[in-house]
Amino acid sequence: MTHLPLLSLVTFLPLAGAFLILVTRGDEKVVAQNARAIALWTALIDFAVSLVIWAEFDPSTAAFQFVEKARWVSIGGFTFTYHMGIDGISLFFITLTTLLTLISVVASWESITYRVKEYMLAFLVLETLMVGMFCALDFILFYLFFEGVLIPMFLIIGVWGGPNRIYAAFKFFLYTLLGAVLMLLAIIAIYFQTGTTDITVALHHSFPFGLQKWLWLAFFASFAVKLPMWPLHTWLPDAHVEAPTAGSVILAGVLLKMGGYGFLRFSLPMFPLASHYFTPLVFVLSAIAIVSTSLVALVQTDMKKLVAYSSVAHMGFVTMGAFALTVQSVTGSVIQMLSHGIVSAALFLIVGVVYDRLHTREIARYGGLVERMPVYALVFMVFTLAAVGLPGTSGFVGEFLVLIGTFKVSTPEATIGATAMFLGIAYMLYLYRRVIYGVITRGDLRAMRDLSFREKAVFAPLILVVLWLGIYPQSFLRPIEPSVAHLVHQVAAANAAAQVHEAKLF
Amino acid sequence: MALAPLALAVVFLPLAASAIAGLFARAIGDRGAQLVTCGAVIVSAAISIPLLREIVLSGGPHVVTIAQWMAVGRLDIAWSLRLDTLSGIMMATVTIVSATIHVYSIGYMAEDPSIPRFMSYLSLFTFFMLSLVTANNLVQLFFGWEGVGLLSYLLIGFWHERDSANAAAIKAFVVNRVGDFGFALGIFAVFLLFGSVNLPTIFAKAPEVAHSTIDFLGWQAPSLTLASILLFIGAMGKSAQIGLHTWLPDAMEGPTPVSALIHAATMVTAGVFMVVRLSPLFEYAPGALGLVAVVGGTTAIFAATIGMAQNDIKRVIAYSTCSQLGYMFFAAGVSAFAAGMFHLFTHAFFKALLFLGSGSVIHALGGEQDMRRMGGLWNKIPITYAMMWIGSLSLAGIPFFSGYYSKDAILAAAWASGTGVGRYAFSLGLFTAFMTAFYSWRLLFMTFHGRPRAGEDVMHHVHESPWVMLIPVFVLAAGATFAGYFMEKYFIGSESAAFWNGSIFVLPGHNTVAAARHVPLYIGLLPTFFALAGIAVAFVGYILQPELPARLAFRFRALYLLVLNKFYFDEAYDRLFVRSAFVMGDGLWKSGDGTVIDGLGPDGISAATRDLARQASRLQSGYVYHYAFVMLIGVVGLVTWYLVR
Repeated sequence: MTHLPLLSLVTFLPLAGAFLILVTRGDEKVVAQNARAIALWTALIDFAVSLVIWAEFDPSTAAFQFVEKARWVSIGGFTFTYHMGIDGISLFFITLTTLLTLISVVASWESITYRVKEYMLAFLVLETLMVGMFCALDFILFYLFFEGVLIPMFLIIGVWGGPNRIYAAFKFFLYTLLGAVLMLLAIIAIYFQTGTTDITVALHHSFPFGLQKWLWLAFFASFAVKLPMWPLHTWLPDAHVEAPTAGSVILAGVLLKMGGYGFLRFSLPMFPLASHYFTPLVFVLSAIAIVSTSLVALVQTDMKKLVAYSSVAHMGFVTMGAFALTVQSVTGSVIQMLSHGIVSAALFLIVGVVYDRLHTREIARYGGLVERMPVYALVFMVFTLAAVGLPGTSGFVGEFLVLIGTFKVSTPEATIGATAMFLGIAYMLYLYRRVIYGVITRGDLRAMRDLSFREKAVFAPLILVVLWLGIYPQSFLRPIEPSVAHLVHQVAAANAAAQVHEAKLF
Repeated sequence: MALAPLALAVVFLPLAASAIAGLFARAIGDRGAQLVTCGAVIVSAAISIPLLREIVLSGGPHVVTIAQWMAVGRLDIAWSLRLDTLSGIMMATVTIVSATIHVYSIGYMAEDPSIPRFMSYLSLFTFFMLSLVTANNLVQLFFGWEGVGLLSYLLIGFWHERDSANAAAIKAFVVNRVGDFGFALGIFAVFLLFGSVNLPTIFAKAPEVAHSTIDFLGWQAPSLTLASILLFIGAMGKSAQIGLHTWLPDAMEGPTPVSALIHAATMVTAGVFMVVRLSPLFEYAPGALGLVAVVGGTTAIFAATIGMAQNDIKRVIAYSTCSQLGYMFFAAGVSAFAAGMFHLFTHAFFKALLFLGSGSVIHALGGEQDMRRMGGLWNKIPITYAMMWIGSLSLAGIPFFSGYYSKDAILAAAWASGTGVGRYAFSLGLFTAFMTAFYSWRLLFMTFHGRPRAGEDVMHHVHESPWVMLIPVFVLAAGATFAGYFMEKYFIGSESAAFWNGSIFVLPGHNTVAAARHVPLYIGLLPTFFALAGIAVAFVGYILQPELPARLAFRFRALYLLVLNKFYFDEAYDRLFVRSAFVMGDGLWKSGDGTVIDGLGPDGISAATRDLARQASRLQSGYVYHYAFVMLIGVVGLVTWYLVR
């Protein structure tokens, strides 16, 4: 194992890039070009660093790795430490973030034409915050990253977004802020309970059941908004519709995962009894999310809204799998998040491709694109299939593991979840048919160019990952499984102990 | 062992060919794509026969492991090939039929602008079908299952500028997925029961768990029956059994070679294959077997009834396929798995033959599919005419053609089973045999005999198909004629025990295939008699007295309309599921998300805040006497409070 502080490197490298962009001066055109180049190189190197982390990662243990710990600030009696580390659950979120940031930079190359410098800056700062969030092992640090993400995202939607961007940005901001405040209160409560803000300590602290419930709810408020769970999801379609393409990519690809990651990292291990207690609630909300948002997706007339609603349905699997708490379902939940990160990002890029050409997302405006854009049609088909979970794609592995694990715990929940098999395919194929198939009737559609080299370069790695995850998921499952198994056992043991305790009382 | 490389070649050659033809279409051109795909599949077919021989001789299932797929906790799934007689037979059938259809497509699709795409799809389909039949675990079976479903979707919608083709394609995929919903739950139930989804484990442990129950949606279900029924729902979707059959007739929107390969010979039989493959499971689930028999028998007669009234040549054959699949299922349902497989095998030949023959007719008539605009073609395309006769004779089960051996075996086994469901299936099957012969000869007479009803210019251009289309048809015709006679002793006859080598499992008391050899003579003769009667009735109605069918249709108008409109299944499903899904989606979106959630949530809160602010700002009116008045009230309030306290 190397002694380089790899996690700090992967986290703060983008910030260094952002600083470089900040100090570029000169003619607007030159600055824009330089900003793009700096962002590209920074994102590329950062992605490479995240690959090194994956390569160096020891898949045989559930313990935190690459740990960095240093005293950070001390004010009065409080000492805050800078504490970073990752395990199998967080590992691939870092890779996902660095990959999607790189993709976002390339995808925005031509479509962003004003304030390029600030745009690239925002993305690099965002990358630092996202990666840091997945590495942080100290509550203060985590909270800073977790909520800090809001600011660049708010700007990205509010400055580079569509016509109704102000409403969307504020809706997004208010929703997430509501959860954030409650989480902050919970973190303060945890501090008073444990006497430290160290997450690794809190993970092994047993909170009394009454407190667990309150803390669980406070964290839940924040994560359920981020994920988003039904009925806290209505910010998502609006935010996506108004966000620029790359904004949607990051929003769907990484930001939604922060909720799921939060459940796995905090809610389940720290509050095992409360998690058990609230599992029925989570199951009901997940089931509603899967069925109702699939139906809603069916009637959408805006491509981005359709994909946004499908995201909510897919996230329903994440919460279902996480709270079913079997090794298969929780692993599936992680894979589902990674898969959705790639697939939804790709679907938003796919919408972006035609939006760049025709400046509308109205499904009815399209039709017959396969005639002029066969490569585009193929790429669209691959991700459509991944989205509906066809075996051999990443979507299948996630959904299958979640469902097979959940079936052991609750047959009704798994049965309702499995309805996504035909609901999901209905809205995706209906979308595909309306956009890709049929006869071209309009002149502007006939003049559409197929994917450019740059666009192909954006999709190629995503297709590769989707197939890799689908055909040989072992590369990913192997590092994930020990951490997940550890988590499942920890929660089960806590609940078993509580039952023994209860039995002694009566 | 020499088996592994051979088997890998059979399975992966079509995949490689598909990738080459699909991705490098521009480099190799139409001709190149045809050569690569046809070549690969022909080689695959050529290898599959010695491979089958090798498998049968070497006995026992061999498993070729390729790679780990998913290993999480107890779940352990590998990519592998299971080689036993059952998969060997399926590999041979699939690759041989696929090879003939690849070659046929060269001629049939000659005018099409997207030849490489078509050939690539066909080969990819072949790959998925092979990975399905060689699966050693349920999840790989599911992989192949979904893969063939995908290719079915892509090929039905191949002519994507047609709206009807697109609609049929989506319908096929979605209805199949409804079945797959059951299949998936079945896999989960199996994993819950056995702690594994691998076939060897399941087969070994099935007797142990036979009497256990599991809780499913609050119902204490007998475990194996539940798992088997759930899996069978998947089979019903793929094999278009009653209730989930609506997609198959619409699937005829695809090019005819597709109908022959996917919707007749191979993919739609995957459901039957699955039940046979899982015979060690179904044998311990008598309730599930009974259901299989009833569904099969009912579908057989139901689809045949509809087939008698259709006017589209391909739809007649499609309903016939549906009906024949019913035969295969009720064979499985009475534990005559081997007879079901035998019919699957012969059916692949004669039904593909019928489809390719009808394809030649459609080709000759420049795309016409309506039999009411055909007629009088027999001397214009005599070879096709002869081939259609062979296919029909085999389908109707006329003695010494292939279909005769397999269909007779099924009916005899159903009778010999001696159970109530067996008798039910036998009697329905018998009437179905009559109907089968009737609609087959109705098709022959309407298409080839009588007065030509096509336009003058169309008739002028009628021509026999080129050799590239005829030779594959000859191969299939040979199969439809002789396969039954030569293979009977292996599938169900004296050599069957050595042939199957334990790849099909039947409980000792259930051996209906053996019992079928001892049924009374008249049971053996009845199906042939019914078939001949069907031909005779068709002869009367379409040659001797051509005005008779119209008169009958007029007399029994309600009944005729019911059958012609396929018992209104499509209309009912459209109302019940499709439209209501859209209505519900709309309601959940506009009322649910819009009015309720946003109204009470963010928009409501922001509106409330705005109102509150407006109310508050109204207090600051700027008039001194307002402020003075408020102050006065305050002072009065304070004083009162102090005094009263």
